[in-house]
Amino acid sequence: MRRIISVLLENEPGALSRVVGLFSQRNYNIETLTVAPTEDETLSRLTVTTTGSDKVIEQITKQLNKLIEVVKLVDLTEGSHIERELMLVKLKATGSQRAEIKRTVDIFRGQIVDVTSSVYTVQLAGDSEKLDGFIQAVGTSGVLEVVRTGVSGIARGEKVLSL
Amino acid sequence: MELLSGADMLIRSLQDEGIEYIYGYPGGAALHIYDALFRQDKVKHILVRHEQAAVHMADGYARATGKPGTVLVTSGPGATNTITGIATAFMDSIPMVVLCGQVASTLIGEDAFQETDMIGVSRPVVKHNLSVRHPEEIPEVIRKAYYIASTGRPGPVVVDIPKDMTTPNERFEYVFPKKIKLRSYNPAIRGHAGQIKKAVDMLMAAKRPIIYAGGGVILGKASDQLTELVRMLGYPITNTLMGIGCYPASDKQHLGWLGMHGTYESNMAMHHSDLILCVGARFDDRVTNATEKFCPGARIVHIDIDPASISKTIDADVPIVGPVDAVLKEMITLVKESKDKPDADAIASWWKQIDEWRAFHGMRYENSGDTIKPQEVIETLCRLTNGEAYVTSDVGQHQMFAAQYYKFDKPNRWINSGGLGTMGFGLPAAMGVKLTHPDDEVLCITGEGSIQMNIQELSTCKQYNLPVKIINLNNQALGMVKQWQDMNYESRHAESYMESLPDFIKLAEAYGHKGVRIEKKEDLETRLKEVLAMKDDLVFVDIYVDRFEHVYPMQVARGSMKDMWLSKTERV
Repeated sequence: MRRIISVLLENEPGALSRVVGLFSQRNYNIETLTVAPTEDETLSRLTVTTTGSDKVIEQITKQLNKLIEVVKLVDLTEGSHIERELMLVKLKATGSQRAEIKRTVDIFRGQIVDVTSSVYTVQLAGDSEKLDGFIQAVGTSGVLEVVRTGVSGIARGEKVLSL
Repeated sequence: MELLSGADMLIRSLQDEGIEYIYGYPGGAALHIYDALFRQDKVKHILVRHEQAAVHMADGYARATGKPGTVLVTSGPGATNTITGIATAFMDSIPMVVLCGQVASTLIGEDAFQETDMIGVSRPVVKHNLSVRHPEEIPEVIRKAYYIASTGRPGPVVVDIPKDMTTPNERFEYVFPKKIKLRSYNPAIRGHAGQIKKAVDMLMAAKRPIIYAGGGVILGKASDQLTELVRMLGYPITNTLMGIGCYPASDKQHLGWLGMHGTYESNMAMHHSDLILCVGARFDDRVTNATEKFCPGARIVHIDIDPASISKTIDADVPIVGPVDAVLKEMITLVKESKDKPDADAIASWWKQIDEWRAFHGMRYENSGDTIKPQEVIETLCRLTNGEAYVTSDVGQHQMFAAQYYKFDKPNRWINSGGLGTMGFGLPAAMGVKLTHPDDEVLCITGEGSIQMNIQELSTCKQYNLPVKIINLNNQALGMVKQWQDMNYESRHAESYMESLPDFIKLAEAYGHKGVRIEKKEDLETRLKEVLAMKDDLVFVDIYVDRFEHVYPMQVARGSMKDMWLSKTERV
């Protein structure tokens, strides 16, 4: 099952490599990984999406917690949560394609952020399925380049991951 | 205000940390530190002949004393040579701090001479590693390193020290922090009271209980509490290879150790139990055999300081995260106060069954021929040393024979590489023990394969006068490899022979020690007595043992705990 694990990590050199190393060392799977400092500059927030049985996920969270630099973590998929991923995609856009792409971008509530005579660059945010859906809708033949940030997530309601 | 250089701060921090010995080897990036060592005499340095041995020495010291060991090496090859030793300590959760020199911070990343990314290289085999980024941090980094290494589930910590952090030209104010607090590291200090209560209720209701104890009991200094609880309950106890000595082996409630080469009775009792109380063990694959067939009727209570050890391979019904000594103490109190008592009839018939298993096998071996049996060597040594020696071992058949036939009644006396299975561990580990236990008998039980992996340390033994006794069970082959080839590869002995063994007696003499060869069965006891009487000498005892002997019992691969070979021909 797919899980989103959110981690507060000491913002120190080498801390990220421990997290990444742990996944490869114990044969766990990383699908996406995002990391950036938080409003408290001593802390980084890292979001990792992974798949595995309940037993594997339990081990992943326990092993992550064992890393000295991991301050706190939460499995967001255990409760209701919001997940977002940002995608920038460069599309071939000439002739009649231009209007069609514009319409599709509007339907997906994306924005065209750069334009040339033959290329649109589209920005799109949403959960991973929505981004996949957009690519499917415009058709892979017109896609020149895709860059995705990986998933960031946050719990709904009052729940907060902080010190 | 006291101003010190980085190197002097480092050594002063070690003094303030109460470190007695450093095991190490100098080199370019560590020279400022070595100079600071030279200018003091509180911390003693032991010069090994290979960095791997320094780590095993620190490890042996840590296992025998319960205190963290300390290693000092230079950058590059000095640092990478420690990796096997660090991994050995990591697998067995041994507290240790490894101080590594590093090229100057201005050179890092430039492939400088003797530069290796030690933080990266060591990362998968350390509990944590730290690098020094400013000389002023040194006292805090050192304090932190020992704190992390020796608390919670212990383990090795590497400290990487770029050469410019220790330069004598810059001096800083020295302040040794009294306390260390890490917001991200807070090991449990007691178990969950509700879970402990539940566990005690289950213990009282059990009909076929067994206690399964591991190295965590020794590391957690909880042998007394464990012994008290087990005696109070009157239940059978088995332990892992790492847990040997956590409960007296000569006690009638002790079934011996369990797992791949464990006793018949302990494996049978585990398989047929209805309740397993696991204390500081981790259901390792060499214990459980096939996990899906593991102890089908048993409910499991698992006490461990490391939550990740619980339900990793075998699911626990009642997990208890906490230090074993504190949890056992609470259990003892609850058992004393409990209105329920163990079911005397059920426990009596459980013991009757166990005694039948014991009588059926009971660690017998065939000893009618003319050749010296390795088991007999160990039994003789155990008798001659009253079971009181510190015994280190290498890895292979001799290790299993030593663990099976030497009866340890005390913790910290059986010292082996259980998790990683590192050949070459035995001699340096024995040296680490002997250094701090000069009046105790220290035996290194080894084989002609393993001993050659760190034999250069005979030179260190001479320099520091470490009269350990090396018991070489010489079967002229890599015995355990050969046993597996006999059992699984139709006796095709691929590369398991050593056809050019050195003359170990001359070798020992060349290093300035004594050598004794024993080839005849009838000489065994008298010669060993003579050897043990040579108190001031390191004696290399080369004993020619039966070349064809196998270690039994041996669990059948992919079977349950109860599926075992009891000899070359008996399978149950």
